[in-house]
Formats: sequence, structure tokens, C-alpha cells
Amino acid sequence: MDHNQIYHRKKVLTLFMLCAFAFVLLTGRLTYLCVWEAEYYAQKATQLHERERSIKAARGRILDRHGEVLADNKTVCTVSVIHSQIEDPELVIETLSRELNLTREFVRKRVEKYSSMERIASNVSKELGDAIRKLDMAGVKVDEDYKRYYPHGSLASKVLGFTGADNQGIIGLEVKYEEYLKGKPGTILTITDAKGIEVAERGERRIEPQKGQDLRISMDLNIQSYANQLANQALATKEAESVSVLVMGVKTGEMLAMVNVPEFDLNNPFELVLAEGEEITPEERQERLNRQWRNGCINDTYEPGSTFKIITAAVGLETRAVSLNSGFHCPGYVVVDDRKIRCHKVGGHGSQDFVHCMMNSCNPALVTVGLRVGVDAYYDFFERCMLKQKTGIDLPGEAGTIMHKKEDMGNVELATVSFGQSFQITPIQLLTTVASIVNDGTRVTPHFAIATGTREGELLHTFSYPVSGPVVDGETSEKMREILEMVVSEGGGKNAAIEGFRIGGKTATSQTLPRNSGRYIASFIGFAPADDPQVIALAIINTPKGMYYGGQIAAPIVRQLFENILPYLEKIEYTN
Amino acid sequence: MSTERINRRKNGEQSKYFFDYSMLLIVLFLLGFGLLMIYSASSYTSFAEHQDAAFYLKKQARNILIGIPVMVMMSIIPYEKYLKFATIGYFLSMAVIPLVKTPLGESSHGATRWIRIPGLGMNVQPAELAKMFMILFLAMLVCKMGKAIRSPKGFLLMLGLPLPVVLEVYLLTNNLSSAIIIMGISVFMVFVASPDYKKFILITLAVVGVAVLMVVLVKTHPELLGFRGDRIKAWLDPESFAGDESYQTLQGLYAIGSGGVWGKGLGQSMQKMSFLPEAQNDMIFSVICEELGLFGGICIILLFVMLLWRMMMTANNAPDLFGAMLVVGVMGHIAIQAILNIAVVTASIPNTGITLPFISYGGSSIVFLMAEIGAVMSVARRAQRKNI
Repeated sequence: MDHNQIYHRKKVLTLFMLCAFAFVLLTGRLTYLCVWEAEYYAQKATQLHERERSIKAARGRILDRHGEVLADNKTVCTVSVIHSQIEDPELVIETLSRELNLTREFVRKRVEKYSSMERIASNVSKELGDAIRKLDMAGVKVDEDYKRYYPHGSLASKVLGFTGADNQGIIGLEVKYEEYLKGKPGTILTITDAKGIEVAERGERRIEPQKGQDLRISMDLNIQSYANQLANQALATKEAESVSVLVMGVKTGEMLAMVNVPEFDLNNPFELVLAEGEEITPEERQERLNRQWRNGCINDTYEPGSTFKIITAAVGLETRAVSLNSGFHCPGYVVVDDRKIRCHKVGGHGSQDFVHCMMNSCNPALVTVGLRVGVDAYYDFFERCMLKQKTGIDLPGEAGTIMHKKEDMGNVELATVSFGQSFQITPIQLLTTVASIVNDGTRVTPHFAIATGTREGELLHTFSYPVSGPVVDGETSEKMREILEMVVSEGGGKNAAIEGFRIGGKTATSQTLPRNSGRYIASFIGFAPADDPQVIALAIINTPKGMYYGGQIAAPIVRQLFENILPYLEKIEYTN
Repeated sequence: MSTERINRRKNGEQSKYFFDYSMLLIVLFLLGFGLLMIYSASSYTSFAEHQDAAFYLKKQARNILIGIPVMVMMSIIPYEKYLKFATIGYFLSMAVIPLVKTPLGESSHGATRWIRIPGLGMNVQPAELAKMFMILFLAMLVCKMGKAIRSPKGFLLMLGLPLPVVLEVYLLTNNLSSAIIIMGISVFMVFVASPDYKKFILITLAVVGVAVLMVVLVKTHPELLGFRGDRIKAWLDPESFAGDESYQTLQGLYAIGSGGVWGKGLGQSMQKMSFLPEAQNDMIFSVICEELGLFGGICIILLFVMLLWRMMMTANNAPDLFGAMLVVGVMGHIAIQAILNIAVVTASIPNTGITLPFISYGGSSIVFLMAEIGAVMSVARRAQRKNI
């Protein structure tokens, strides 16, 4: 037995050594994992343990030129459910559908969906959010979040625009300057177990959100408010379909006001005014909302009518086809080729010089000027004035000009264009073009955005806009100012005259297509001071009832506007 | 044979008082440390599942409390008395394992590996019972065969007799790891009993050859090996092989790797928060590494090496061949399980469910292991002191 034991002992020792060797190998492997691979696996493990929740960035505010807040944020709540943490789905469905006023099917679909986090409702008021949080239902999460808030309600609604459920801009400046306004969302990295439940004692890492930049625009809250008030007055008294008022700095292109009544409530942009008991299909609803949000000054074109005679007069003077004292005779009509074009004054204006033609807004005289200029020169001028291009205003959806092709333009077409018919431009295009003609030919780009900055007031980015021209020479411009001042002081635009101020302007009354429908557009474009224009305004009344002459109903709007804003603008030296 | 030994014992007064305290200390330390780690690894998930953070801790403490008297009893009984149960035990295991297929069988984790003991409310894993009885049976067989073991017939008999039990464990309880362990213990014991080396080197080469063949097969014909093939694929490339197999392996690696050299600190494991399946069981070593780092892992490995060292000393100083073979069997059992467990956890070999002796949660395993330690102590008490 002792003999046996010698090799037994050796064998036991061999086994022990083999085991020890195996343990040494495993130790080596373990060391490799814990030292060389540690960083790799630790990183992987952290990725596994951390859950990301994004923190919304506060959207930048929109401020008027003096820093008045036009668009702001307020705290609201987002209610979501976490599938794996819900303990009593029926209670959650019942409670949430009741509190949030949602259908059970809608809530059930989200509660039963297998996802890490499902949003039930956003933009819930802070009070309701707090109430739901207080119920302390497992798996229901209430996150605070920002909602856009417009302190002035419907003021400048079509210019400012509004934001959607994700706080993204939908129309207007909100969408145009989305990049600046939106900011950068932050994240909360929470440590969670495999089921996604937060491990409280491990704390969390936060990457702070970056606030969006504040956008300062050229709009003047006072002017916008007053223009809005005047437009609403006209809308009510004339029972019009819509009234637009545009106010712009002639030298800068800065838009001081842009009113399109009826405006809509920016804090409730999806609400429609429906007739009693009226029911509409979802498509019709969307259609009506789009119409409600449409900015007529930019998105729609119209036949400018007599206000366009300013351009015809300018091209006549520029090409020397007429001078201020050229004589014209108006028998009440003019024959162009085989067509008889009537003047608005049935008996005709008789003999008159060119200034009086403009003061009387005489159609035959302006047709004559247009024909004297000729298709080629007129068309060239039309293009030189950049009337065929968009103005480049910083609002989305600017409509282009609808104009005859040059090769299709005969004398009849030229004649109608000369007094502002048979083609269409946007109101902002008319405003910009007239401004360039009275501004020594310098054409500015109409715009709202001036600069972006931090909430604390630090300037981050200044916007600049192209300036072009001259579209007419200084002499023509000076003559035009003279003519247009005469229109207001003694001619058809006398309802826009204000004692003590030099105002230039032109009225227009155009019948909408189809003709003879009895629907008119009354408008007036005016600028001041007439000898050195600083501010230009355009008022357009769509489909007024009763009196429909631009000189009677649109000119007073500009007069009242100027009466109030000119002293104010003079005091601040036209904001330059 | 036995009378000679008894005479020796009467003559050698030194060995009368000997008790292997260092081995007992190591075992008790491992058990205590195991309790601590089970609590740490399971408290988060067990609170979520059972509303009791100490659920597994309590059950394991109960298992240890059952194990202690068993261990003491085994160490007091002179080990020659075990001989009577050697043959019975062999056939008993063969008879008990098929019970899992009867209504007494209990399922857990999708496998039926337990038998309910009626009236006690406890479950026993017959594979653990089989391990203990196989050690006893083979130790007896080696003594019975004497020099016959050197003949090829004796050699084949030694390796052939465990096969029915091994196959039962593999086929009836679908437990490959326990089957491998029982076969491993048998090879271990035959290796010591036989003076030959050549055969064992050939066996080792054959095993390595089969392993390489499996790997090659999995790479070339992935569909051939079924779910075991998936395990090999998961082992070869855990990160690109999506699925349950690689999931556990990968989660274990995340745990070990994120522990680094010094660990995150006791109780600070993240992976135990339901990321790592079987955190308190097969994968407890990865939680140890995550919380106590490489340092903690090496300490545990060292404790196992020390335990094996003590057993080697006991085996080599055993008063007779039966005692020596008993200790060798237990040594083989613990060594194979510890090595395979750590190898699985470190993704050194394909994933297969093996517990870490004394530390992992598991009732049957703890009680039978403690019984085996009791047997080793019974041998150690009579070892010749001068050689220890």
C-alpha cells in the first residue's frame, strides 16, 4: 500500500498543479478583462444603464423694435406613460382619459403600446399637470415644458405665426427664424435598471438645454396696434371681407406694421369661427384654417389698379415720354386698336396737364403715356423696378407677380397695365416699388428681423438685406414726389391730407375679376414727408359695402394713421 | 485493510487530536462571503419580485443551517462507515434521477431538475446527490480493485461504471454541466488511482480535439448543433450574436469590466439591477468582480487554491487509500466546478449553467458540498500529523 501511495501522492500533486495552473490562466483572463478591457466594458455598461430624457429648450422670444415682448413662453406639462412601469393599466386609462378629456381608445392605444415612453398629451396646463402628478400613478410621468404664449393675442398674428405641439414654428416669423428661435434641447441622463426604473440614489447627469435666441423685429407695437385698430374699424363699418395695412420705413425697408384683419388668436390658432350648428369635414376644416392663417399682403396677389399709375408716370418721366406740363385731353374714353377704354369719369376730364392727370387719376391720359413709352421700354422698366421678382421679405410663402409675357404684350395689354389692370402683384411688391420710386430710385428689401440676441440683451447676430437700384434717377423721383404730393393736397387723395405735414400718395379703386360683379378693392398708398419720404403706408380694403372709392374710404385710414404716428416718428427721428 | 488502519490510529496518538482548522475556516469564510454576496446581488431584484430584499439571503442561510449539522455529522462518523453506503448510493442515484419525470419532479428556469421531498416543502437536485455518491462509489471501487486497476479492463470499468449515471443526468434532467462534472470527477479519481499517464494525455487530447471540432463545425455548419451550437456562437462573438445566449455572457462581461481593479464598492453593482440574469446564482462571480474588482476576484480564486491545497495535503496524508480517494473526489468536484464557473463567467468557455461552490445560491449544492467537506474532515482527523 505504501508503494501505491508514492505514485498516488505524485498524481494528487499533479492534479493540484493542473488546477492551480487553470486558476492562473483564469486570473490572467480576469486581469485582461478588468484592466485592459475595463474602459470598454464600463462604457458599454454606462450606455446600458443611462436613459436619456430630453429637456426642451426655452424658445427665443420675439420682441418689437423697442423690446416689447410679442411672443413669449409659459410653463406647461407633457403627460406620458412608461409601459414597463404601469401597474394598473385600467386605472391609468380611466384617469387620463377623464382628466385630459381624451377618448379611452386613444389613451388605451398608447398605454398598451410596448415602448419605453409614450406621450399622451402635451401642452397641458401647469395646474392640470400638477394635479395628475399628485395622483402618483405608477408609470405616468408628467414633465414640465414650455408653451408659446402671445401676450397680445391676435395682434400681427399672420406675421408672427405660431408654434406646434413640439414648439416648432408653423407659419410666419416663427417658422422663418426657427433656427435662431428654437435653441438646443438638453438631456437628463438617468441611471435606470433593466426595466427602465430610475435608480434614485445614483443621481443623474444633466446636459443643460441652450435657450433659443431672442429675435428683435422692426415692428413697432404702437404702430401695429393703431393700424390694427383702424383696420378693424374699416372692416366693421365697411363690412369688408378683409382690410390690410402695411407701414414701412422708406429708407430702411423695416416693416413697422403689417395688419391683415381679420386676424386670428395666436394662443388658439386652431380654433375656427363657425356658424351656429355648422359642421365641416376635416379637409374643409384644414382648408379654412389655412385661409385663416394666410397673410394677404404677401401670399396673395391682386390687380393694383390706379396706385400702379405711379409706375406708369415714373416710366413716362424717366423715358421723357411726358413732362410735368405735357397736355392731355380726356373725352371720357380712349380707343386702343379696336378697344374703347373708358375713364372713370363718364364725361371725361377735358384738357389737363400731366400733374392734373395724376391728381384726377385719369385713365385715358395714363394709357396715352403708356403707349407713348411703348411695350419694349415699358416692359424693360417693369423688370428694372424688379416687379417680376419677389421682394425678398423675410416671411414665408411670398407670391410672385403674374404678368403678361413680353411677346404676348400688344397695345391693349400695355394700355391696361398702364392703369394697373390685367396683371397681379402682391401688396408688399407695390409698397416696395413705390417706395423705391419716391426714394431716389433706391430699392430696399422689406423685412422684419433686425437682430438676435440673448435674453440678457447680448447681441448675437445682426441681419442685413440687399439694397439695389437706382430704378429711376433722382430727377424722376423728385418729380414723382411732387406729383404725388399734389394728388394728396389737391387731387383725389385729399382725404389723406394732414395740416402741417407734407403727404404724398395715390388712391385706387379696382373692380375685382370677374368685372361687373360689384366687388371692389379700395386702396391708398401714402408716404411722408413728401419732400423726403421716411415712412410709407398702404391700406387695402377688400370688398367694401356701400362707398367703395379708395379716396373716400382707404385714404382716411392712412390719414388717421399718419396723424397719430408722424408726430411720434418725428420725435424718434423716424427710428434711424 | 481496515483493521490495519485502525491499529495505526490507536498507535498514533498525535492524530487523535488533529482537526483541520484552516480548511474549515476557508469553507466558513466562503459560505459567509457567499451569503453577503447573495444578499448584495439579489436584494434589488428579490425586493421587486418577492417584496423582500433578503428573500434569497434567508433561504441560503437556511440551507447553510441545514448543511452545518450534516457536515459535523459526516466529520464525526469514521469514514470507513461510509463504505457500507457506497454501492447502495450508486444505485440510489440511478433510481432517484428518473423521479424528475414523475409528478414529484419540480421545474424551474425551464428545466425539470428537482425532486420535491413530500412533507418537507423542500426540493432536492438529484444530480448533486449523484455527485456525492459517485465520489463514494469510485473511492470504494478503487480500493476493491487494488492492482486490477492497472489492467485495461479495470481502467475501462472505472470509467464505464459512472456512465449510466452521467447519461441519466444528461438525458433525463437535460443537465449537461452536471453530467460533465460527474464525468470529470470520475476521470480525476481514475487518474490518481492509476499509475498511468499516457492514457490521460490521450483523453485530454481527445477532449481538446472534440472541442476544436465543435468550434469549427459551428463556424461552418451553424445549424447542426441546435441550441448548444448557439451557445458556442454566443461565446465566440457575444456582441454581434444577439439573443438570450449571448445576453447573459455579455452582461457578465459588462459587470466584470466595469468593476476595474478595485471594484465599485460592496453593494454598488449596477448589473445586478435586473440586467444580469442569475446574478445571485451562476453569475455571482461577475457581481463580485463588479463590486470588489479584480482584487476581489483574485482573493476568491486564492481561497479556492488554498482549499484545494489543504485537500491535497489531507489526501496525501490520509491513513489509507479509501480516505485518500474520497478526498481526491471531493477535491476534483470543487476544483472542476470552481474552474468551470469562473471560466464561463469570464467567457473563457461557452456558457453552461455551473454554480460557484459555497458562494452561489442553491440549496442542494450547498448541503451536499458541506457533507463532502465533512467527509474530508473525517479523513483529515486521522491523517498523520507529521506530514501536514
